[in-house]
Amino acid sequence: MSGLNINNVSMTFELPNGGSVEALKNINLSVQKGELVSVLGPSGCGKTTLLNILAGFLAPTDGIIELNGEIVKKPSSERGMVFQQGALFEWMNVSKNIGFGPKMKGTPQVEIDAKVTELLGIVGLQDFADKMIYEMSGGMQQRVALARCLANDPDVILMDEPLGALDALTREKMQSLVLDIWKKTGKTIILITHSVEEALLLGERLIVMAPRPGRIHKEYKLPFAELGVGADLREVKRHKKFGTTRDEILNMIWNMEEEIMGRAES
Amino acid sequence: MIFSITPIPASLSEFFWFNTPDGGEVASLLSTTLWMVLGIFVIFTIYMIFSAFSWVIHKLFIDGRNKANGYTSLKTVTFGDESAVEANRFASVASVVAIFFFWGLATGSSLLGPIQLPAPFLGKTSFEYTAINSYGDTDKGTVNLLVHTFDDKPILEKASNIATGFARDSAIKVRERRTALLSAKKIGAKETDGFKIIEINGLPIKPNQIVNFGNGEVLLTSKGSMQIRPYDGMTMEALYLPAPEDVWKSFLKLNKEGYTNVGLWENVFWSLIRVVLGFTLGCLFGIPLGFAMGLSNWFRGWFDPIVEFMRPVPPLALIPLIIIWFGIGEQGKISLLFLAALWIMTIAARAGVSGVNISKVHAAYSLGASKRQLLMKVILPNSLPEIFTGARVAMGVCWGTVVAAELVAAEKGAGKMIIAASKFQLTDIVIIGIIIIGIIGFAIEVLMRKAENRLIPWKGRG
Ligand SMILES: Nc1ncnc2c1ncn2[C@@H]1O[C@H](COP(=O)(O)OP(=O)(O)O)[C@@H](O)[C@H]1O
Ligand SMILES: [Mg+2]
Repeated sequence: MSGLNINNVSMTFELPNGGSVEALKNINLSVQKGELVSVLGPSGCGKTTLLNILAGFLAPTDGIIELNGEIVKKPSSERGMVFQQGALFEWMNVSKNIGFGPKMKGTPQVEIDAKVTELLGIVGLQDFADKMIYEMSGGMQQRVALARCLANDPDVILMDEPLGALDALTREKMQSLVLDIWKKTGKTIILITHSVEEALLLGERLIVMAPRPGRIHKEYKLPFAELGVGADLREVKRHKKFGTTRDEILNMIWNMEEEIMGRAES
Repeated sequence: MIFSITPIPASLSEFFWFNTPDGGEVASLLSTTLWMVLGIFVIFTIYMIFSAFSWVIHKLFIDGRNKANGYTSLKTVTFGDESAVEANRFASVASVVAIFFFWGLATGSSLLGPIQLPAPFLGKTSFEYTAINSYGDTDKGTVNLLVHTFDDKPILEKASNIATGFARDSAIKVRERRTALLSAKKIGAKETDGFKIIEINGLPIKPNQIVNFGNGEVLLTSKGSMQIRPYDGMTMEALYLPAPEDVWKSFLKLNKEGYTNVGLWENVFWSLIRVVLGFTLGCLFGIPLGFAMGLSNWFRGWFDPIVEFMRPVPPLALIPLIIIWFGIGEQGKISLLFLAALWIMTIAARAGVSGVNISKVHAAYSLGASKRQLLMKVILPNSLPEIFTGARVAMGVCWGTVVAAELVAAEKGAGKMIIAASKFQLTDIVIIGIIIIGIIGFAIEVLMRKAENRLIPWKGRG
């Protein structure tokens, strides 16, 4: 069976004070190859936990994850990660960062160089090959992070709020870049975000999660990612359906948070 | 008694044999400390007066001329903005000049030309004394005093002794800043009972009183002798603090001839090589140890007790044990420095591992790195800033420790040189040694910082 299958995954954290948190409960989801899935939900609903399980950094307390028929047990280069920030290697320049994955596998340097040059072009950093990471802006750093992940040619790319630390304008540009890359490479991408607009723009499928216990609340199939490829994202946002879906989801999350606060108060 | 110390319960005192401190001892300790507070305050005040004086000069003549420019000069809020405060170069230079000035002043340095504190009296002087005998007769005699320097060994002219009465003339030589005792017997009490000195230069004196005779003072002891103290000036004796120019001369001589057949730089070289070897050994073992502790439960548990125990033990406290074990040879000193560096480097490397952002580790594994690759390509470079900070501290501690160890036991080395010189009261060599030790310690720090900036340009910019 190809694609990514999440079967009945639950995650319960035991707390030091004896209590426990049900971060995830009975999550079921299958993602086809080449799909772009965005995951949205209020803070604390288990998005990061889910991604960490997919990446193989955490073992779920229950359930299994399968990728192309194999059970996920530990991190591997077939599941690439893009973090919000701080995951680049400051002691290497841009090229070395991007070439890190192939290098670890022992790929010949000539091939690495060719790959790096290609990726620098894709993310628009041709002129920054020799720059050090600390010399670059946050947006450029995320471009490097994307390129570094792509260099390994992973089956799935997992992104945990990759654009969360960027300013609004840079973020818009990066959203276009993510769509471009998705279209060009045909990768399966699972992207976590806090922003409803981003989730609408960057999700063929949008999963809304609810907290306590963390679960899938609702799923949407959306046309905007397809529309947004190579187009002006602001144009896409003016779409009527975009507005109505956004309001619907905002309301949904608003209510979830109200409910959480109500529960916390009582 | 200032303090009443509560008695220790019987059961405890049986276990701890402990002499309750005597209230008097503690009180005297406290009063000494209080006096020191006063002394430090006075010294500090004098130094700050000098600083204020320099500040005025700076304001009047220098500050106005070079107009400040750059971003900082446009800041209107500087008081409280630490980044806007930078060392005033003029103040730094002036403060060093001030130290040399005070040094010169205190030692009567010729460098200061006419600016001199009163020097001790040197040369010939005399005073007249009046004595009385048991018959009530009075008579006058003269005391001729020759005050000479430490190096001079003058021959004393005999007193002319034209005086005819029972109060004889007397001639006496005395070293500057010392006192001479002239007993009543020596000057005339031989044939007369009841000989008593009653006046010095016409001024009345009684036992335990002091009378000034111009170039010094006379204290009449309770036994009727004269304790003569020529004026000893306000400068310090070279034994305590030689003048800067004398230290410089000694430095040139030391540089050329060495001391006790060991060249100055040879001494410094030996200290340095010990530090380098001990430090290198410490890094060689400490860094892997720290990594092991940061990466494995077992090693963390295994080494935690010893590291946590050894960390607060100052290396100097190990010197006696090291001498008992290894004697005074090189092995002991290198071991000591190794131990001094080891724990610091271990803790630095461990901190380096714990400082690795978990995202970096996750990213590396997701990119297909093995454990070994993770260690070499991610954890090691990522811990370099911490390791370097540790290395800087370790170098400083090693330098301090080597000097102290050499004070105790060594044949060559900077510490050995100053302790040997101190035994012969060669203060100039001691001071040169201290200055060189300070300069080298500072140079080590500067070099380490330079290396750090070059090798870890990403430090603090992660
Ligand atoms: N290591 C952990 N130990 C205990 N609780 C955790 C741990 N990691 C996450 N949690 C809890 O699990 C829930 C989900 O966290 P997370 O996945 O980080 O949420 P999100 O990324 O959606 O904001 C939260 O309530 C959080 O407090
Ligand atoms: Mg999160």
